[in-house]
Amino acid sequence: MEYTFQFGTVFASFGLLAKGAWLTVQLSIAAMVAGLVFGTLFAVLRAFAGRWADRIIGAYVEVIRNTPFLIQLFLIYFGLPSIGISLDPVTAALIGMSVNCAAYTTEIIRSGIMAVPRGQIEAARALAFSTADIIRHIVLFPALRVAAPALGSQFILVMLGSSVVSTVSAEELTAVGHVLETETFRPFEVYIVVTLIYLVIAFALKLLFAWADVAWFARRGRL
Amino acid sequence: MRSFGTPEFLFMLQAARWTVILSLIAYVGGGALGLLLAFMRVSGNRLASGFARAWILLFQCTPLLMLLFLVFFGLALTGLGQNAYFAVTVALSCYAGAYFGEIWRGAIEAVPGGQWQASAALGFSRMEQFRHVIVPQSIRIAIPPTVGFMVQIIKNTSLASIIGFQELTQASQFVNNLTFQPISVYLVAAAIYFVLCFPLTLLSRRLEKRLHVDRPGPVSA
Amino acid sequence: MLIVQVQSLHKRYGSQTVLDGVSLDIAAGEVVAILGRSGSGKSTLLRCINGLETIDGGSITVAGHNVSRDPRALRALRQDVGMVFQSFNLFPHLTARENVALPQSVVLGRDKAEAAATAQALLERVGLAPRADAYPSALSGGQQQRVAIARALGLEPKVMLCDEITSALDPEMVGEVLEVVQDLAARHMTMLLVTHEMSFARRAASRVIFMHAGRVHEEGTPAEIFERPRTPELVQFVRAISVRD
Repeated sequence: MEYTFQFGTVFASFGLLAKGAWLTVQLSIAAMVAGLVFGTLFAVLRAFAGRWADRIIGAYVEVIRNTPFLIQLFLIYFGLPSIGISLDPVTAALIGMSVNCAAYTTEIIRSGIMAVPRGQIEAARALAFSTADIIRHIVLFPALRVAAPALGSQFILVMLGSSVVSTVSAEELTAVGHVLETETFRPFEVYIVVTLIYLVIAFALKLLFAWADVAWFARRGRL
Repeated sequence: MRSFGTPEFLFMLQAARWTVILSLIAYVGGGALGLLLAFMRVSGNRLASGFARAWILLFQCTPLLMLLFLVFFGLALTGLGQNAYFAVTVALSCYAGAYFGEIWRGAIEAVPGGQWQASAALGFSRMEQFRHVIVPQSIRIAIPPTVGFMVQIIKNTSLASIIGFQELTQASQFVNNLTFQPISVYLVAAAIYFVLCFPLTLLSRRLEKRLHVDRPGPVSA
Repeated sequence: MLIVQVQSLHKRYGSQTVLDGVSLDIAAGEVVAILGRSGSGKSTLLRCINGLETIDGGSITVAGHNVSRDPRALRALRQDVGMVFQSFNLFPHLTARENVALPQSVVLGRDKAEAAATAQALLERVGLAPRADAYPSALSGGQQQRVAIARALGLEPKVMLCDEITSALDPEMVGEVLEVVQDLAARHMTMLLVTHEMSFARRAASRVIFMHAGRVHEEGTPAEIFERPRTPELVQFVRAISVRD
């Protein structure tokens, strides 16, 4: 069997691909920021705000972590309109990715908080620190530092997982791939190129996280 | 229009059987591949180790969905036609293999260097070191994250729906198209996934606690 | 009869020379203590003798084996050379008896029952027969180290290498390990003991070697080394460890 690879038609649509890739990057970074902010908040609440906060947030984390992202996305995009909340695809994608990401970051940062030795918190209490001061000065920095590598891996998974939002027709990289596929009838070539773009974004994120780890954490003494 | 009732629910449950079957296939296929990759990584052979490293890096940086598409459409190019079942099997195994390989490499490397030295000093060959000393200890370390990743695989079989494989997610889409009750349908789908995944999550956590407290293992006397 | 012969041994880590031409002959039945500051190369010397470290120059012969990189030759060599480590390195997933039995069945090919019986006898010898079914995590440091000695003895070695075997122990446990070593010496086991405990070297050793800057700097009987040191480096070293002891 003979098959001639033709990438020409794919490269001709470079502008479209670049636009899709840019939306992928924007969605991913927005979800990472939301995940980091809410994850930190939720993890702190779980550790310091009493039993009910711990239970409610814990339930949220378990539900999200034990159901597929695709189903979560369908509930937001197809389910919410039936109770009167209509969202455009990109907003739905952003909400879905953020809700999903925050559950994982909550768990990761929580184990970072658990890793802070109890003795340090007791020492701070003995020095008359308030709980807020303890969280701010004693707990957060080491916790995030311990969590940093796992957070980096999780963020890359978030970016890779964003390809799924093409199913609710958010026009990101994979969705652009679908469009090109139907225009060119060259699905294999199209998805090879799309995959390569994902690889480039993933490697760039890896480098960025490695750099951030050094810049923020590695220089400030050993744990 | 139909409403969402017991027959629809049973239809989804039946499709969930395929979610389970796909997961089991990925455990077996990915497990075999992961074992191979983990041992290549720690073999000391530069070529084997480099290959395994590249494989793991590549597959951990590629969206699973792209992997599915590439296998699905790549298969069509070879003239075998479009076979969603085969594509899903291959793609999930390659994907799971990369993650299992990385988890198990980490577990092997987590065994302290003194164990290698002591067994070497006793005259063990490399294979004997693995078999009698390193692997038994790595297994303890590897079990909790392995069970944890099995949950990821169950959830990720949902992507098979996108290339037309009829498992739980695809069946829910089908039911939704008939009933237009997305909230009920997808909540039920989520609940079925939850019932499949949560016990494994709990198990992973239990094992983690039990194996972590005293890694050297069961204490007698 | 010489059982260990080391000739102009060289070992480097990158640009750093750790062993700078060590030569050493040890006769069967000798107990030799090797002293020296940390970084003097004493542990590295020990690890070269059973091939745990590759060497960059010179030669080593142990019990008729040339130390080389060939896996088969190494296996034969390591059957004849037992090693005990500072950090015990017992296999945590095996009981004390299994720790002692495993190398016998894997390396010597003894059947399981025989290996277990031999293991039990060896544990008896180091005073741990009642603890044979305990896992390492349930044993004290001193007990773990005695199991480690029994494990090495299971292969019926001709030479024992002991690398700082009392350094990780609480003071009250040093005695029980020392007793086992003295018992071995009384049975004419050839031993090389790297240590920085003067009392240990005095009580157990027939000869003491002082290493400095990657060489054998001074050697003699314990009395010569500890009471009449000749070189200024040894004088200083003896003074330092006397204060600590």
